[in-house]
Amino acid sequence: MTTDDGAERPALELLGMTKRYGSVVACDRIDLSLYRGEIHGILGENGAGKTTLMRLVFGLAAPDSGTVKIDGIPRSIPDPIEAGKWGIGMVHQHYSLVDALTVWENVALGEGGRLEPEATRHRIRRISGRYGLAVDPEARVRNLPAGIRQRVEIIKCLSRDPRIVLLDEPTSTLTPSESEQLFEVLAEGARAESWAVALVSHKLDEIIRATDRITVLRDGRVVDRMPTGDADTSLLAEAMVGRPDTLRTSTATGRNRELRNGRTRPDAGAASATGPPMLRISRAAALNEDRSVGLDRFSVEVPAGEIVGVAGAEGNGQTTLADVLAGLIPLDSGKVEVDGEAIPTGRAGAMFAAGVAVIPADRHRSGCVLEMTVAENLMIPLLDRLQRGGLLRREEIIRNAEQLMAEYGIVAYGPDAPLEQLSGGNQQRVVVARALAAGPKVIVAHQPTRGLDVGSAGYVGERLRRAAGEGAAILLISTDLREIVSLADRVVIINRGKAVGETSSGDDRHLQRLGLLMGGTGKLEELR
Amino acid sequence: MKPSAASMRARPALRSVRAGLRDSLFLYAAAIAGALLLAAGLVAITGESWSGVPKALLDGAFLAPGRWGDTLTIAAPMLLVALGMVVAVKGGFFNIGQEGQLLMGALAMSLAGTKFAGPGPVLLVSGLVLGAVAGGAYAGIAAAMRFRRGVPEVISTLLLVFVAYQMVGFAITTDWLLRDLDPDRPSQAVSSAPLPESVRLPMISVFGNEFHIGVVIALLAAGAGAFLLLRSVPGFKLRLLGFSPEVARQAGVPVERGGRLALFLSGAFAGLSGAVMLSGGASSARLTAGFSTEIGWQGLLVALVARNRPLVCIPVALVFAALRTGSGFLAATGVDRKVVDVIQALLVLALLLPPAVRFVLDRPRATAGADQGGPDG
Repeated sequence: MTTDDGAERPALELLGMTKRYGSVVACDRIDLSLYRGEIHGILGENGAGKTTLMRLVFGLAAPDSGTVKIDGIPRSIPDPIEAGKWGIGMVHQHYSLVDALTVWENVALGEGGRLEPEATRHRIRRISGRYGLAVDPEARVRNLPAGIRQRVEIIKCLSRDPRIVLLDEPTSTLTPSESEQLFEVLAEGARAESWAVALVSHKLDEIIRATDRITVLRDGRVVDRMPTGDADTSLLAEAMVGRPDTLRTSTATGRNRELRNGRTRPDAGAASATGPPMLRISRAAALNEDRSVGLDRFSVEVPAGEIVGVAGAEGNGQTTLADVLAGLIPLDSGKVEVDGEAIPTGRAGAMFAAGVAVIPADRHRSGCVLEMTVAENLMIPLLDRLQRGGLLRREEIIRNAEQLMAEYGIVAYGPDAPLEQLSGGNQQRVVVARALAAGPKVIVAHQPTRGLDVGSAGYVGERLRRAAGEGAAILLISTDLREIVSLADRVVIINRGKAVGETSSGDDRHLQRLGLLMGGTGKLEELR
Repeated sequence: MKPSAASMRARPALRSVRAGLRDSLFLYAAAIAGALLLAAGLVAITGESWSGVPKALLDGAFLAPGRWGDTLTIAAPMLLVALGMVVAVKGGFFNIGQEGQLLMGALAMSLAGTKFAGPGPVLLVSGLVLGAVAGGAYAGIAAAMRFRRGVPEVISTLLLVFVAYQMVGFAITTDWLLRDLDPDRPSQAVSSAPLPESVRLPMISVFGNEFHIGVVIALLAAGAGAFLLLRSVPGFKLRLLGFSPEVARQAGVPVERGGRLALFLSGAFAGLSGAVMLSGGASSARLTAGFSTEIGWQGLLVALVARNRPLVCIPVALVFAALRTGSGFLAATGVDRKVVDVIQALLVLALLLPPAVRFVLDRPRATAGADQGGPDG
């Protein structure tokens, strides 16, 4: 620990906080001290344990061991209401607002006692004025854009007069100027109201800009801590993603190449050397539903047999990219070519017919059908084969399901089990099996291992590697650098819908660059 | 796959199915008993014999001579309407305008039967086909509004019912359309001319009970519907569309075309139902202002109670039809017609209660099933 504040007692002190989910240790003996009047940056990749740590402090999850001290006195925090009593407020990464209610109703939600509309509205206006967070208390949350919703989250947190403010990735949906304004609010609160602030982020540049002190988490452990004044971006990036020399042995290139050479693939290898790449996206542009920029002249090429990673912080156009390749939304300009042939975008089934299979990030939205059985889910890509004269071939369908269930280790009481009765990991295995079953030419894997335990995640990675070995072109879209580094031959960084940099996995300073680029501080020229 | 895990999970699943069935039966029994109790109380208050209520209902629906034939005759169009509802819901749409689509079907049948020339059977078949097409096209208006302008089909189909009432009213009061100009007609009420005898559905007579072959058509349609939904590729695609438009779209199901087709088919069933009613001799084969007699609405309820399973629709339609014929008999025993209406409504409510209770009980379980956090940050 640093000694310069040794005399002062921390507002919040965490000692040995540990939390396990099954075999995964999300937080491993984490110590952390927040001081009054200071903004403390908590830096780490996705899955480093940042959100879990905040949930423990706010009473949303119970620690397996560890002590929380508030003003030096050990306290147990069983739920957010208790956290509120001790002056802890939290701004969540995913909005916890009720769409159908107005702003003031949302702020009033969760407060005890009678509903006092006028007093609540007054309080909102006062906080709005005090911190320059303009918002109409009567507006319905449903009608507000993302940036304003975040503002409502913050007002909701501040309306309870917190002394300890926790913010979990607050800027993930904000524009740079909105982020800047948020940091001003935090600085003002810390200065004038002596808040102790914890700012959780994976963005290097904003951690350096907005904080007084930094703690870096990796794999649920504290790997580094320092006053922000002493911080160096390159070192921070390295600390965040791990030392290059320990990771390089497990980078993908060598292993994939081995796998490819070990198998006899008569045409795929030759084709990738001479012909067009299996998947080519050129200058793709598309807007999201809310008219925000999804993709901005994004280009990438994936040869057969190669895994190309698309790395980037969440909300930089990854979902738009995956949706375009799933055939769900059209491009405004640019094109997608598979095996040299341009594929119409946004037309039902066109991508699928061209041999593009997608493992979506949100499997419940577009990856599988919870209400149908395992067998029905697994037959979706194989409909042509599993029918005769427009009628489904029942025995074939069951046999196909049993075979895929055995091959992908899907645990269910039978092919006729409704998918909603399976565990999340098994549902994801169904999604992967469904995507790979038809032997696609191109596989788009968007966060394929999110929420999976280590074993299932490793298995999914193994299947992707094997598919590449068999000649598929794989686009791996992920916010998890570790996943990208261990699987991809080449990495493209996506930022605000643009491809901002590209690097190959064999490179020495590769990881550091990735960290810098993802944090938004890296320049394209540095890579050349 | 681990076999031990498989066998461990199979048993609780079966047990929960059995428990669910037991709960449902209990709920239905309790709800109907409650409704009958209330009905008996009502009858007693209005000064009639309450003990005769269940008997009158049963006699009217099944036991008295010729009654179950009437019950079947009413059940057939209800079943057809319900099947149409099932098709729409499976595709993810709520078409609740069957009453109007049914009227359009009857209107088409009436036109074909009274205005076209040709041999009876040809007119009959073309009338049935035209009826289905008319009902489908009428639902198609809602489909077009939904996909062109984003008008929710729940609202458009509902409001189109009232337009249909007006169109029927216009047709039967307009000389060059359907108005019956025969000075010797039996009733002075405005109506269309009756369908000629040769353009009626053939009747089947069993033990003194008469019903038309529309009953057979409806049963066949239910069987075919169940088979196609579960076993055919189009049926699978329709269900896929209803459950997850995103997955369906990826798999190559054109969402809009599929949706239009689902709504068209749904309306076609209701239209066919109307054509069957008219050619089956309902309201003396004359199109009148109140021709539909709320079969469209009740068919909707049948699908709701059967929870959109085509084969379950058959017994449910039978029960709803029995309620109508039974309460007709109840009125004949001297119970006030208004009280009979209330009793019928009570029994319909009793049938709707169990699915509603199940829905409310299942809902927290469904939301609790969603992922609850995890090592995500």
